[in-house]
Amino acid sequence: MKRSECIKALYEELEDCLVVTIMGACAQELYDLGHRENFFYLQHAMGLASSIGLGLALNRPHDRVVVLDGDGSVLMNLGTLTTLARYRPANLIHIIFDNGSLLSTGGFASHTTSGITDLAAIARGAGVPNVALTTTAYEFMEASADAFERNELSVIVAKVEATGPDHFGMDLKLPENAFRFERYIKEKN
Amino acid sequence: MTVSRENSKMVYQGIKDAGVRFLTALPETWLVYLLQMAEDDPQMTLIEVAKEEEAVGIAAGAHFAGTPNIMLLQNHGFLGSINGIVSLAMLYRVPLCMLIAHRGHMGEPYPWHTQGGMVTEPVLRGLGLPFDYAREPRKIGKQIHEAYTLSRSSLVPTALLLTRDLMEGDE
Ligand SMILES: Cc1ncc(C[n+]2csc(CCOP(=O)(O)OP(=O)(O)O)c2C)c(N)n1
Repeated sequence: MKRSECIKALYEELEDCLVVTIMGACAQELYDLGHRENFFYLQHAMGLASSIGLGLALNRPHDRVVVLDGDGSVLMNLGTLTTLARYRPANLIHIIFDNGSLLSTGGFASHTTSGITDLAAIARGAGVPNVALTTTAYEFMEASADAFERNELSVIVAKVEATGPDHFGMDLKLPENAFRFERYIKEKN
Repeated sequence: MTVSRENSKMVYQGIKDAGVRFLTALPETWLVYLLQMAEDDPQMTLIEVAKEEEAVGIAAGAHFAGTPNIMLLQNHGFLGSINGIVSLAMLYRVPLCMLIAHRGHMGEPYPWHTQGGMVTEPVLRGLGLPFDYAREPRKIGKQIHEAYTLSRSSLVPTALLLTRDLMEGDE
């Protein structure tokens, strides 16, 4: 399964959500489907996408918050899973695309490549109430449909191929993205 | 010397007077009374993190959501959060207001705090972040208000260094 397919499958569902992505390939794949004002791309600060998601989810309890994360980024901030579990906002879905790779920076193997490290088991051990490990597009769709229906903190680990877009670039300056995202939320209610 | 409960109350009142009802924190001795007050205050949301850098992300999320917020941390937690401060807050112009327990400076009896105590100010200067020392309980409310106000107008992280003079007492 490819991450781009998963993001494409989710795209309609993301229309009303507050969406935070990690850097590089993941951000680009969402952006290429069509930027929306409710998307925030964290192009650096590895590990903090889920923390931003937590801050949003706690303060916007009536909005669905979706974080599109990566294995390398999560490994830089494993404590985040314990913080999510402790405060367990019911409106947060944390999707970790595990491509076993630091794809956006040369494609070096990450600690999950060999299969020794199991991020879903770590999320469960952290105390996240709903955790799904998915390896096919069908499983991913099922797990995400289930997560969107639930009123419960969810982590979905999606085992994906280490592939990304062949181009990078957005017509969106970084602070501009932040300002517009903030404004979108302000004008939403 | 023990932590000053009276002065901690003044700090807490300053936070509330600034209009803040959302705090992120990681415990530290000088912050114990502050955290207890936050826990006991039904108006306050207190989010405790596993590592201080997470709080930069949470504060950014709260900011996007329009929620005034303040971070409570020790200087070593600030030092451990620098990439988040640089590559999220400064890069995206997300304001943070940090109340930092300044351990390891004059009067510090514990050796392990001393290196961090000495480099905190130079690191803040290196980052170009506005900061101030908070020493006097009667000024703390104003200082919190000012640090908070500047962070929001400049869209830059600001820091208030909570000193030994302020945080310790004989009570
Ligand atoms: C603190 C820090 N160290 C290293 C890098 C270099 N870097 C850029 S992207 C990346 C890999 C990201 O991996 P992952 O989160 O798994 O996402 P992927 O690129 O595989 O989609 C790294 C290590 C960085 N941006 N920040």
